[in-house]
Amino acid sequence: MKRFTRTNLVLLLAVLALAVAPVALGLGSGDEPFTGADALAEQAIVDDHPDYEPWFAPIYEPPSGEVESALFALQAALGAGFLGYYFGVARTRQRQRSTAAEQPRE
Amino acid sequence: MHIAEGYLPPVQAAAWFAVSAPFVVHGSRTLVRQVRRDPDSKLLLGAAGAFTFVLSALKIPSVTGSCSHPTGTGLGAVLFRPPVMSVLGGIVLLFQAVLLAHGGLSTLGANIFSMAIVGPWVAFAVYALVRRAGGGMDVAVFAAAALGDLATYCVTSVQLALAFPDPAAGFVAALAKFGGIFAVTQIPLAISEGLLSVLVVRLLTRTSGDDLRRLGVLPTPAEVRA
Repeated sequence: MKRFTRTNLVLLLAVLALAVAPVALGLGSGDEPFTGADALAEQAIVDDHPDYEPWFAPIYEPPSGEVESALFALQAALGAGFLGYYFGVARTRQRQRSTAAEQPRE
Repeated sequence: MHIAEGYLPPVQAAAWFAVSAPFVVHGSRTLVRQVRRDPDSKLLLGAAGAFTFVLSALKIPSVTGSCSHPTGTGLGAVLFRPPVMSVLGGIVLLFQAVLLAHGGLSTLGANIFSMAIVGPWVAFAVYALVRRAGGGMDVAVFAAAALGDLATYCVTSVQLALAFPDPAAGFVAALAKFGGIFAVTQIPLAISEGLLSVLVVRLLTRTSGDDLRRLGVLPTPAEVRA
């Protein structure tokens, strides 16, 4: 394996390890381990300021956790899809350029 | 770092809109100018936006036993400068506020300020400093993306502490509390974001050298000789 590819793989594995380690080590706590930090902050506000009334409600809320996770997956898929498309185009262009450079027109 | 809909008092929500608006307006102009001047960079611009789209959708477990997500704005800030990211990051936050009830329209100004303005600017400043100090590309991109990510969550903590000071001990105690929820959780995620940004820049250096040279991220042949 080339050094370039190997380094890239190591980077990916490190990210994977950082994400898996907290779960594997069982660092989650409370009734709902690994709940969102945003939700925790919301809870902290409600706990300390029980009289605070959110004055604006979301205009649309996903009807269930499943629909919400589908929309999050859609967001990630759109982003990842475009990134894949980008690298496909960029790589092909790069190849065409280097082929053109190797075989100058007569 | 998404402050939920309605969870900032109206006056503060409005104030954050007022602070963010000039950055977004300036960013939109910069974006239009960038596309006009260099139409070939459009695709890469889309890729930078796509990177933010993916990363901010991924909620990843962290050492504090809760989940959070990276922001992905550091990469675009390094490639296209921070003003452009105020628009791309703003689009992501709008998408999440409208479709996912994640964040909110009333708190959009505050969330744009943390994720689409401060994060990118910190990232760019760190990148520029490390490069000027003679640091390599990988190190500079890693530090930029990781610290930009972390800065975003620190700003969120400050915003919430300003809005909801601790009933007994005031702003500082509240900052410690929200910092504990957001900033500490974010440390491993910031490292992940740094590593992923380095990965993308490495791939870009391979495939899109011309684009990076035009954007001034990689030196042109003339600069290399000089």
